[in-house]
Amino acid sequence: MKKYLKNYTWVILFVLFSVSSYLMGFKPGLSIYSNFTEFFIEMISFVPFLFIIIGLFDVWVPKEILEKHVGKESGVKGIFIVILLAMLQAGPLYGAFPVAYILSKKGASVRNIFIYLGAFSSMKLPMLGIEIGYLGIKFTVVRTLISLPLFILIGYLMEKIVGSDFKVEEVKA
Amino acid sequence: MVFNNTFIFGLLTGISLLISLILDKDKTFLGLKKGGKMFFNIFHPFLNILILISIVLFFIPDSVIVHYLGANSGWSGFGIAACIGSITLIPGFISYPLAATLLKQGATYSVIAVFITTLIMVGVVTMPLEIKYFGKKAAITRNILNLIAAVIIGIFVGWLM
Repeated sequence: MKKYLKNYTWVILFVLFSVSSYLMGFKPGLSIYSNFTEFFIEMISFVPFLFIIIGLFDVWVPKEILEKHVGKESGVKGIFIVILLAMLQAGPLYGAFPVAYILSKKGASVRNIFIYLGAFSSMKLPMLGIEIGYLGIKFTVVRTLISLPLFILIGYLMEKIVGSDFKVEEVKA
Repeated sequence: MVFNNTFIFGLLTGISLLISLILDKDKTFLGLKKGGKMFFNIFHPFLNILILISIVLFFIPDSVIVHYLGANSGWSGFGIAACIGSITLIPGFISYPLAATLLKQGATYSVIAVFITTLIMVGVVTMPLEIKYFGKKAAITRNILNLIAAVIIGIFVGWLM
């Protein structure tokens, strides 16, 4: 309960600020509050739906099976699978590092590990959903299609630079 | 715009839910629970960033955003976007309302693409953690390559939008 309250400290302060702005007729406060309601309505109008879809994806797509097919000999199919795998994840980039370690341990090629990081950071489905909602489908598609060849290239470059025997280290939390 | 999103995402969600329910009830409830939990986890950071944007937007007039990130900002606009994107640690999710706001206030698509790409692909703050997993050489090289990629993406997005 305490942690819960702490998470919402700023929200609570903001509510107090808005209520007192209203009571005292503090114009800047009201203007900030009206900015906020506009943003809030925009967010709540589609983001919850997105998380229902993400949750369903999570239970229906078995990631473990995909992880087995990204080794050194996997070629184009391996690249395809590793991108698919990355797209199904959620969370910030540092959440991808432990997955990169697991992939590396399971014998994924260096190229595929870095392609995974690239795809993870810029093509995660949940993120694309939010991107479409906020910036439009055209921007999202254009950005993704330009990014895709670039991070496949980065995968190849990284393999050249760090060598194909490179291994991701295990980091204990 | 707002209700467009609601309609499209609502429809997609409805169809997925229906198919999932027909195939397996228990799995569907598990999925809903997982999705709900994830939403709950990002809810307060999301609200915080919306509050922050609401306040910042009040103090920064549109003209300033247009001047620094708009059509005539050129390379300095790219530079500012890349710096802020590389250094700050805003989760990808949460950066989109900010990006959409900047866009509405006059920033270009190019600059927004650079901002978003560096934000999600380059991490100065998370570098120490990345070095632990990948070693210095790989971590630094990866970040530099991604920074270059971000600028290329920005140029192409500007050209195609």
